[in-house]
Amino acid sequence: MRYFLRRIGFFLATLWAAVTLNFIIPRLQPGDPAEIMYKKLAGKDAELDPAKIQALRVMLGDPAGASIWDQYWNYFGALGRGEFGVSYTYFPYDVTAVIGKALPWTVILVGITLILSFLIGTVLGAFAAWRRNSRFDSVVTLGSTFIGTLPAFWLALLILFLLGYVLGWFPTSGGYDSSMPGWNLDFIADAAYHSFLPAAVLMIVGPIGWILGMRNTMIMNLGEDYVRLARAKGVPDRQIALRYAARNALLPSVTGLALALGSLLGGQILIEQVFDYPGVGRLMGQAISNKDYPLLQALLLFTIVGVLLANLIADMIYGILDPRARKASS
Amino acid sequence: MSTGVTQTGGLVTELSGTGASAEPESTGPHWWQIIWASPKARAGTIILGIYILVALLAPVIAPYEGTRTDFEALLEPSPAHLLGTTTSGGDILSQLIWGSRVSLLVGLFGGLFATLIALLVGMVSGYFEGTWVDEGLSFLTNVALVVPILPLIITLMAYTETRSIWFTIFVITITSWAGAARAKRSQIITLRNRDYVTAARLAGDGTFTIIFREIMPSMTSLIMAGFFGAATGAVGAEAGLSFLGLGDTSSVSWGTMLYQANTQGALAQGLWIWLFVPGIVLAVLITAFTLVNFGIDLLSNPHLREDA
Repeated sequence: MRYFLRRIGFFLATLWAAVTLNFIIPRLQPGDPAEIMYKKLAGKDAELDPAKIQALRVMLGDPAGASIWDQYWNYFGALGRGEFGVSYTYFPYDVTAVIGKALPWTVILVGITLILSFLIGTVLGAFAAWRRNSRFDSVVTLGSTFIGTLPAFWLALLILFLLGYVLGWFPTSGGYDSSMPGWNLDFIADAAYHSFLPAAVLMIVGPIGWILGMRNTMIMNLGEDYVRLARAKGVPDRQIALRYAARNALLPSVTGLALALGSLLGGQILIEQVFDYPGVGRLMGQAISNKDYPLLQALLLFTIVGVLLANLIADMIYGILDPRARKASS
Repeated sequence: MSTGVTQTGGLVTELSGTGASAEPESTGPHWWQIIWASPKARAGTIILGIYILVALLAPVIAPYEGTRTDFEALLEPSPAHLLGTTTSGGDILSQLIWGSRVSLLVGLFGGLFATLIALLVGMVSGYFEGTWVDEGLSFLTNVALVVPILPLIITLMAYTETRSIWFTIFVITITSWAGAARAKRSQIITLRNRDYVTAARLAGDGTFTIIFREIMPSMTSLIMAGFFGAATGAVGAEAGLSFLGLGDTSSVSWGTMLYQANTQGALAQGLWIWLFVPGIVLAVLITAFTLVNFGIDLLSNPHLREDA
C-alpha cells in the first residue's frame, strides 16, 4: 500500500511542479508579460487591443495587474475551470477547441504505429536475444543501431522526397484532400492514403527502441538462475523462452509502453511538421512560428499532464505485476 | 523515444547481466590500446577526429563564409560551388563545413555540462542514499526524467528572440541530465560501502573529497559513456530544434540547412544534394559517437573485450 501512496504522492508533486513551471516560463522575461507578448505578436507600434491583452492575461492567470501570488492562485483557478485562453493563430477559437480538433489525427496515427512498433519490436528483440549471435540477431541489432543513428526527421524528408515528389505515389502534405471530414468510407480512405508516409516513417524508427530494450533485458534474464534451473530440469526450450525469460523481460517494456502512450499527446512534432500532418505536433510547430503563446503553453501543459498520468499508471501496473517493486519501498 | 535519437551506448552484446553492475575498471594507461584494438571503436575515433579537424580548419578549407548568401541562387554543382547553391544563394559546401562547428560545439559542451550536472546530483544523492538530501535530489531527477523533453525545450526556445548557440546548449543541458544522474546514483550506491571508502572516511577525509577524489576515479568509463551518450543526444536535439527554425540565429547548422531546404522548396524542385548532405554528415557523426561508445563499453566490461 505504501508503494501506491508514494507513487500518487510523486504524481501530485510533479503535477504541481509542472504547472508551476508553466506559470513561471512566460514570466522569466522582464516587464509585463501580457503586453510584451502582444507587442511581439502585433508589432512594436501597434495599438494595444484590450480584448487580446485580456485573453493573454487569462492564460497567464493575471486579470488586472495583481500581485504575483494572486496571479499564481488565479492561474490555478483558470486551469481548474478549463480556461486556457484564446489562440492567436485560430482567433477567436479557444486553444482547447483547437487542440481538440488536432488530437484525433495524432491519436490515430501515432497511437496505431506506436502499438504496432511495440508488438513488432518486442517480438524481434526477444527472438534476437534467444538466438543470440545468430545471423538473425546481428542483422536485427546492427540494423536497428544503424537506423537509430539516422535523424528521424531527415529520414522522413528523404522518404517524402522519393515517394511523394520523385515517384509521386503519395500525397506530399496534409491529412485529407477534398472529401469532407466525417465517418464515411471516402474520407477514411483519403485520410489513410495521406497518413501512409508518416506512418511508414514511424514504423521504421518506432520499433528500434523496443527491439534493443527487449533484447537487453531478455539477455539478462536468460542468464538468471531460474532459467538455468528450468534448463536443468528439462523444460523445453520454447517454453523457457516464452513462458520464463520473455515474460519477465516484458515488464520494463510494458511500463515503457504506458509512458510512450502518455507522451503521444504531444504528437510527433518533427515528423508531423515534415508531412504537414494536421495533428498536435504540427500545431506545436504553428504555435512556434506564429508565437501563439497561449496555444504553446496549453500544448506543453497537456503533454506534461499526459506523461505524468501515464507514468502514474505505469507505476501502478508495475506495482501489481512485480511484487519486488512494492517490497522495495516499504 | 520521441526525439528519434536512441542511445545505444549500453548495448549488452554478450552474456548475462554484467552490463550495469560490472566492476568498473581503472582506465589506466592501457585505455587507448583497448579502444584502438576494437575495429568499431577505432573507426569511430578516426571519423570523430576527421570531423574535429574539419571544424577546426573551417576557415582554411571552406571556400566561403558559411553565412554568405550573395551568390546566384540554385547553381548546379561546379568548381566554384562544388555542391551548388541554395534558393537564397548560400554555398552548400561552405555551410556544411561551417555547420560542423555548431554540431561539435553543441555536442562537446552539451555533453560536458549535462555530465557535470549528472555527476553532481547523482553522486551526492547516491552517497547520501536514504537521507533527505537523497530524497530531494532524487525527486528532482525523477521530475526531470518524466517531463517530456522536446516540447519543453521548444517552449523555452520559443520565448527568446535572439538565440545564440550557448542558449541552445543551456536549454539542452538543463533538460537532458536526469537519466545519467540516475545511473550514477545507482553506481555509487554499489561503491560507497567498499573498504577503501570506509578507510578514507576513518582517515578523516571530507565528504566531497571522498565522493570526487576517492570514488569518482573508479567510475571514469561510466562517466565517459555518459558523456558520449549526452553528446549524441545534444547533437540530435540541436538538429531537431534548428529544423523547426529555433536554432542559433547568427550561424548555419546542419539542422538549419535542412530547415531552409524544407521551407524553401528543395523537395518540390528536386534539389536532392541540399536535402541529402546535411543529413548524412549528421548521421555519420552520430554513428561515430555510437562507435566510440562501443569502445568505452569495452573499458568498463572486460567480458566484452575478450571476445572482441
